[in-house]
Amino acid sequence: MDVEADIKKYGFPQWFKSKEHEFDSCKFGMWLFLVQELMLFGGLFVAFAMYNYLYPETFREAHHHLDKNLGALNTVFLLISSLTMVLGVAYTMRNQMGKAMLNLFLTFLLAGAFMVVKYFEYSHKIHEGLLPGALYSFAANPSTPENPQSLFFSLYFMMTGLHGIHVVGGMVCLLWIMYRIKIGKTTAERFGAVEFVGLYWHLVDLIWIFLFPIFYLVV
Amino acid sequence: MSAHEVNYLEEYKGKSFFERLMGWIVTYDHKRIGMLYLVTTLMSFVIGGVFALLIRTELWTPMKDFFDANTYNQIFTLHGAIMVFWFIIPAIPGALGNFCLPLMIGAKDVAFPKLNLFSYYLLVIGMLINLYGVLSGGIDTGWTFYTPYSAQTSTSVIAMVSGVFIMGFASIFTGLNFMVTVHQLRAPGMTWMRMPLFVWAIYSTSLLQVVATPVLGITLALLVMERTLGIGFFDPALGGDPVLFQHFFWFYSHPAVYIMILPAFGIISETITTYARKTIFGYNAIAYSSIGLALVSFFVWGHHMFTSGESWWANALFSAMTMFTAIPTAIKIVNWTATLYKGSIVFTTGMLYTLGFLLTFAIGGLTGLFLGSISSDKHFHDTYFVVAHFHYVMVGGTATALFAGVYHWFPKYTGRMYNELLGQLSFWFFFIGFNVTFFTQFVLGANGMPRRYFSYIPEFQDLNQISTIGAWLIAVGVFISFSNLIISALKGAKAPANPWGSKTLEWTDTASPPITHNFVQDPIVNAGPYEYGRS
Repeated sequence: MDVEADIKKYGFPQWFKSKEHEFDSCKFGMWLFLVQELMLFGGLFVAFAMYNYLYPETFREAHHHLDKNLGALNTVFLLISSLTMVLGVAYTMRNQMGKAMLNLFLTFLLAGAFMVVKYFEYSHKIHEGLLPGALYSFAANPSTPENPQSLFFSLYFMMTGLHGIHVVGGMVCLLWIMYRIKIGKTTAERFGAVEFVGLYWHLVDLIWIFLFPIFYLVV
Repeated sequence: MSAHEVNYLEEYKGKSFFERLMGWIVTYDHKRIGMLYLVTTLMSFVIGGVFALLIRTELWTPMKDFFDANTYNQIFTLHGAIMVFWFIIPAIPGALGNFCLPLMIGAKDVAFPKLNLFSYYLLVIGMLINLYGVLSGGIDTGWTFYTPYSAQTSTSVIAMVSGVFIMGFASIFTGLNFMVTVHQLRAPGMTWMRMPLFVWAIYSTSLLQVVATPVLGITLALLVMERTLGIGFFDPALGGDPVLFQHFFWFYSHPAVYIMILPAFGIISETITTYARKTIFGYNAIAYSSIGLALVSFFVWGHHMFTSGESWWANALFSAMTMFTAIPTAIKIVNWTATLYKGSIVFTTGMLYTLGFLLTFAIGGLTGLFLGSISSDKHFHDTYFVVAHFHYVMVGGTATALFAGVYHWFPKYTGRMYNELLGQLSFWFFFIGFNVTFFTQFVLGANGMPRRYFSYIPEFQDLNQISTIGAWLIAVGVFISFSNLIISALKGAKAPANPWGSKTLEWTDTASPPITHNFVQDPIVNAGPYEYGRS
């Protein structure tokens, strides 16, 4: 089956009925992928809920070591990036490719800014010895089986780490769709790739919207 | 004959060897990918089977016969891990699902052919990483990778679980692909209630693959982190809890046993109607019970931990939910049996395996209730009773159904007929050998022989030896089957388009083997899949 030739000749691969049929199918596939992503994070959220329930005092104590301001700054970055992402999709659909590229690039920059802030947060934690499990070495507040400070930071690094990997993955996808627009593979007619990266990007944002309060604010 | 009407096996006929090779390894054709899966998973079955024979042979006497206890631990782990992750999970969806599902719903291909090939290569990459693990120290944790032992053992746990992690994504993407295919690519007139029941079964399986598998992924990733960074999620010394690992693991692995058995149910629904030449009894009940099983299976994982210190009410709840799974399963078995009533039954190899399935799976399913009841589970937990139950469901159920399916669709896959006599002979060796091997294990387990032990008390020797003889009988049956299939694929008589007189699209609307684009004319469906009353 020659996909490229099909697209050149008919505008969509021939096992679909129409361009819209292809788009709907891909969109459904993307939503299923997002379900999968939710379950991937779900396990970690369950672990957090359970240990937060078992060690409420410990977690309250440990969360003071996280910098609320940096967390809030990152939340703002991601929220704005959601807006630029949506604008990117909208301009692509309206065939205003210059504006689309600008917004996608802004999304990319905001994601980068998020990672830079994360880098400072992480290096601060590493410097202090506020590390996962066995690596924990913060002398002022030692971790014991009854008061497992280290467990909080295990969860913090695993959950924000997995989220960070997804942000980096999102940045790669953004570069990929910008490249596709540039070489004319993604057009106002075939804008699926931008739409689906957009869906993924909103999920990444949404997960952060949950991570931020449970780690920085609520516990 | 235009290029579009060449059958899929001869698409590259007359081309250079390199082109023909590439035609297999970078194909987007679901039929060819199905064939790749079939060969890969059947090879895995042989590898896992060799480990099984090693286990049974070592257990001939309570003493050391061939290898020591540490090697034994590695071998039973590899037997379990390979059979589960290399064979049972990918086999039916990957091989038969890929090959038959688009044909059955009248589609030209799956929704995402490139992703389909990618899934296959994820499986292969996972296998290669596992192979590296085996060569660099093996693994002795059991296929369940339970903490705390898996966090401490010096064997190569990381390579094994990383491989399984990657194979998990192969499974997720296959499920995703099939779900979209079933929703979007059905032929005109192919309503949900006209879909063959195999499609319903694969659809339910796909649901489980997409929703449950990521949880295994994150669990295994955390196990890797536990070993490398010591994150302490599963380590009481750091405030964690090893039982959490069991919860996470079984949250996937209980739905996973339905990933293994649901496609088998689908095969049985197809073969039993074809060989009884009768409309399926209770189509709706079978279709909905597949979905029902998929949903209920998410709420029973705790029954693996009755003895791990769950609270009594959690135990009671999980036990009750486990009883619920018996209902949709029983609905299916009763309906299949009712389908046979006043049917015109032909005892082909496929039908023999199907009837064998009904018997052994019924035993496997019913003994599951013993394990789902808390009081009897306290006695049977971690004994050979569990081993026997599991094998009655997985070998007597899934593997038997897989053989039924492979024999059933063999003419469609290869365009040739298998040897009926050898096929039937293989069944009797397989079926008798299977019952000899595992029925004895029910008795051993009820008498208290613990699973996974290298040695046992001398009183158990007779039954163990009977079980070992049974295992070799299975091996003979499988050997006959494989020789039959390989020789027939090369030299068998040419198969007609519909040798069994089936009514589903892959038989009625396309040749054996199907042409590259599946159908000369896109099928238009105006009847259900099992209208055997009509001509």
